[in-house]
Amino acid sequence: MSILSVEWTALLYLVAAVCFILALKGLSSPKSARRGNLIGAAGAVIALVTVFLSTELDNVALIIATILVGSAIAAPVSRKVAMTQMPQLVALFNGVGGGAAALVALLELTHVEGIGAVAAVAFTVLVGAVSFSGSVITFAKLQELMPTRPIVFPGGPVVMAVVAIASVAAAGWLVVTSDPTAAYVLLALGLVLGVLFVLPVGGADVPIVISLLNAFTGLTVAASGLVLGNTLLLVAGTLVGASGTILTRAMASAMGRSVAGILFGAFKGGSTAGSTIASDRPVRSSSAEDVAILLGYAQRVIVVPGYGLAVAQAQHTMAELATTLEAKGIEVVFGIHPVAGRMPGHMNVLLAEANVPYEVLQEMDEVNPQFKTADVALVVGANDVVNPAAKSSPGSPIYGMPILDVASARQVVFLKRSMRPGFAGIENELLFEPQTTLLFGDAKESLTKVLGAVKAL
Amino acid sequence: MDPITLLTFFVLSVFVGFEVVSKVSSTLHTPLMSGANAIHGIILVGAIIVAGQAENVGLLIVALIAVLLATINLVGGFVVTDRMLEMFGGRKPVAKATTEEGAR
Repeated sequence: MSILSVEWTALLYLVAAVCFILALKGLSSPKSARRGNLIGAAGAVIALVTVFLSTELDNVALIIATILVGSAIAAPVSRKVAMTQMPQLVALFNGVGGGAAALVALLELTHVEGIGAVAAVAFTVLVGAVSFSGSVITFAKLQELMPTRPIVFPGGPVVMAVVAIASVAAAGWLVVTSDPTAAYVLLALGLVLGVLFVLPVGGADVPIVISLLNAFTGLTVAASGLVLGNTLLLVAGTLVGASGTILTRAMASAMGRSVAGILFGAFKGGSTAGSTIASDRPVRSSSAEDVAILLGYAQRVIVVPGYGLAVAQAQHTMAELATTLEAKGIEVVFGIHPVAGRMPGHMNVLLAEANVPYEVLQEMDEVNPQFKTADVALVVGANDVVNPAAKSSPGSPIYGMPILDVASARQVVFLKRSMRPGFAGIENELLFEPQTTLLFGDAKESLTKVLGAVKAL
Repeated sequence: MDPITLLTFFVLSVFVGFEVVSKVSSTLHTPLMSGANAIHGIILVGAIIVAGQAENVGLLIVALIAVLLATINLVGGFVVTDRMLEMFGGRKPVAKATTEEGAR
């Protein structure tokens, strides 16, 4: 239907664009974050109503039915997914968005005129395809459907270079001839390129790649806005592309990495030789009762939670242990590494879910000086973020990443499933130090036993 | 729309995008990424337009796939972001209750 005039349509798209800007602004501060997200959703609803009321459309019933099906798939999955699996869900949502943009551009190819518009189609098809297949690989890595460590194969860089050059050539072919065949070839090359692009990225760097692909998808949406002559898509896509780029850099610097280093570091070889083989060097392991005594007679305890805590769904038990210790007059704080969990800020979300008060969650810079005066550092299911190799061994893949300084606490207690190295696949020297005690087992079971023993003290 | 107007939109949006997220704490990196991810789901508008103007069944099917993918991005993105942020507020009474239980 064309109920709305061109002016009203433009005005409503402007309102939607302003909503998106306010959404991003709101999401940058804890107080306004939730409202910001809702404003963004409101902007999306305004835009959708506008497109139906302003455009001559066929197949409206089919389109609405498809939207309902999509919502019926996405909403329950988003409601039910375990918070630990949320990073890969975001990756997947990002990938399908990139795929949708690539398809939209492909379909518009027959309607566009002029080299500029065809170039925008070529960009959208290529980058959208990269974003789609790259996101699927990050999903598979985070879901542990495939190895999380960097995957490199001999000649990898050469293959990557050949595919990249072929993609540029296919894009050139498309721009010159507007031949649909060229667009399909470009789509296929983009899918291959996305896979090659993400395979060599390993472990803790995967979230940064999700953020980067998110910015990519934003740019493809902006380019499809150019193709369709739709200002809302142009503005919204550009906003996401720009803010996503800033966010990617912020995440990388929180981990002490450069974006280029993450993407191309694995190609240099040598430094990425992660392993998943358990070491058989001697360590000091102990019982839950011993750990309870260490904790129960301490004055200051710093808890360092990691992904293992989240996987075991042990947040609630950990929170109860903390309140039990506090009731005994022991000071307990949580030291949160910027990338604890699987993404920056992920651990804060998980602990907030378990009702751990915001005030006892301390960021790395705040908590690091306190380890010197702490009696016990309790490391639950974390490994890479406390690994001194990040400071001491320049050859290590995590070298340069800021870590929590647990080694300076008087006692270090690790609750670990096994001696297997962490997500990045690097052995942790701290496990073999004299002040370190290990309690093996599932984080939740171990914490439940420790909690019982602390109560019995 | 003429290219210069579009370029103006693009350049101004880049600066706004840089500016709005320039001071964000690492605590909010995940929800912000997820929220930005939801916003680019607005490609649904583009997918609706191409589906509404598809000339044959083949094109319509491809366009409807785009509609489906874009809807999943848009709806899923906003819902999962809201769920993350839900946990940042309104938990004080519960936290107090667990403290009392711990004191016993």
